[in-house]
Amino acid sequence: MSKLLETHALQAFYGDFQALFGIDLSVEDGETVAIIGANGSGKSTFLRAVTGMRPATGQSISFDGTQIAGLRANRIHHLGLAMVPEGRRLFPSLTVEENLKIGAAGNRPGPWSLAEVYKLFPALLERRHHGGTELSGGQQQMVAIGRALMSNPRLLLCDEISLGLAPKVIREIYGSVPLIRERGTALVVIEQDIAQALKVADRVYCFQEGRVSLSGRPAELSREDIAAAYFGMEDA
Amino acid sequence: MEWINVLVQGVLLGGLYALFAAGLSLMFGVMRFINIAHGDFIVVAAYLMLVMVLTLGLHPVIGIGLVVILMGCAGYLGQRFLLNRVLDEDILPPVLVTFGLSIIIQNSLLETFSADSQRVPSGDFATASLRVSDELAVGVLPLAMFLAAVGVIGVLQFIFYRTALGRLLRATSDDPEIVPLMGANNSHIFALATALASGVVAIAGTMLAMKTNFDPTIGPSRLLFAFEAVIIGGMGNIWGTLAGGIILGVAQAIGAQIDAGYQILAGHLAFLAVLIVRPKGLFAKAKG
Ligand SMILES: Nc1ncnc2c1ncn2[C@@H]1O[C@H](COP(=O)(O)OP(=O)(O)OP(=O)(O)O)[C@@H](O)[C@H]1O
Ligand SMILES: [Mg+2]
Repeated sequence: MSKLLETHALQAFYGDFQALFGIDLSVEDGETVAIIGANGSGKSTFLRAVTGMRPATGQSISFDGTQIAGLRANRIHHLGLAMVPEGRRLFPSLTVEENLKIGAAGNRPGPWSLAEVYKLFPALLERRHHGGTELSGGQQQMVAIGRALMSNPRLLLCDEISLGLAPKVIREIYGSVPLIRERGTALVVIEQDIAQALKVADRVYCFQEGRVSLSGRPAELSREDIAAAYFGMEDA
Repeated sequence: MEWINVLVQGVLLGGLYALFAAGLSLMFGVMRFINIAHGDFIVVAAYLMLVMVLTLGLHPVIGIGLVVILMGCAGYLGQRFLLNRVLDEDILPPVLVTFGLSIIIQNSLLETFSADSQRVPSGDFATASLRVSDELAVGVLPLAMFLAAVGVIGVLQFIFYRTALGRLLRATSDDPEIVPLMGANNSHIFALATALASGVVAIAGTMLAMKTNFDPTIGPSRLLFAFEAVIIGGMGNIWGTLAGGIILGVAQAIGAQIDAGYQILAGHLAFLAVLIVRPKGLFAKAKG
């Protein structure tokens, strides 16, 4: 399989503060990768750099064979990279349906359409004329995922899609992942719940203070290794 | 009967004020851009109309069309290549830049057209009137302008709530940081917003040119009327802006009826009254 996304020694700064110290991470075509790590370990910063929300000029990020570091976010989006941002960030003055439609602003062809998103998340259909932020947290998350899918991405980046949701709702949302994968979309999910991450992912990366502290296939990783990589303790 | 006449004149004038206000409100709504040169842009449109009709001898309707196209293009380019550079979290830089622009525009107009007051002739149209009753007559030109203003505001409403561009403009107003993740280019969207606003400014300016005398210095007071109409109507509500314009127009007409010197003052008083009673405007959206 070929590499869809590959970063090499990726760094990121907020002013003088260095948030990422040389991240090497790759995603293969159709693969699901989970990123775990404590609060503030740099997971969201990594996604912001890859999507172009924070310019990563002069660095090495290749997507589908193209160097995307330094490109504007909308250019990167056109190549087939979509994100479900931290905190969902739905547009409050748009209805559910308008939030979904705006995801297709780039007109990328592919399997996803309004009808397909409603099939994936039937709860949204009857609420499609409600304001995007008038829904429950879980439904808002579905809108955010649907909005990203509307651009028919080759790679979907999800930042904490289960945060603050009830277990039943989390199951419902993760239940959509196989259907998304079936259509050929690769995924990167940031997940605080380690068990959930190990269950859904083909491979896992653990971030710690801006570095990759561990990576591998879930079956190959022991609980002890993960705990050490997550909390930074030798003897967890 | 006299007072009905005053009321009608005020309402008709209010349509023009609503047009002044719509462009200002659009730019602020989409990109938090306060355009201090807004009134001067209206005056530029008025002078362009003067050139079209007097110098080039074009029919006023063709003149309006050309001014709209010119101003729209200039708005796009100016935003894309100049004003976008000063857009940031901070709302102060655009205020300063457009303040400077306002002075430059006024002086350039003075140099080019002199300080003389001008007016664009609109033929029989300007004097024709419809007799409603023995004592009430409505001028055809003011009525046509009012209807055009309502039409323009209707079109803006349609664009905002029924088209893909409108969706993007509203989304940009909500959260400009996320819009590029939808595949849209913010610089382009901002430029389109300004192009749209400039088109409205062009219509407002050409109407102003046909309705009253104007000279290079009247921009800032038009800006003031525009601000007042927006704030009376409530931010972020296009029909509210029309209502704000009408309230301002009626207040001014009533003031003028009492004493010619009270016209402008009465408008300001109405504005103050609304500010005291409903600081967010009469028709502000429930949530902001
Ligand atoms: N806008 C910002 N300005 C300055 N520092 C920031 C900013 N955003 C994040 N940081 C810092 O960068 C580091 C990484 O933050 P980031 O948000 O990437 O972490 P995270 O792994 O996503 O955390 P969480 O699990 O809490 O979402 C943290 O130390 C954070 O304080
Ligand atoms: Mg985060």
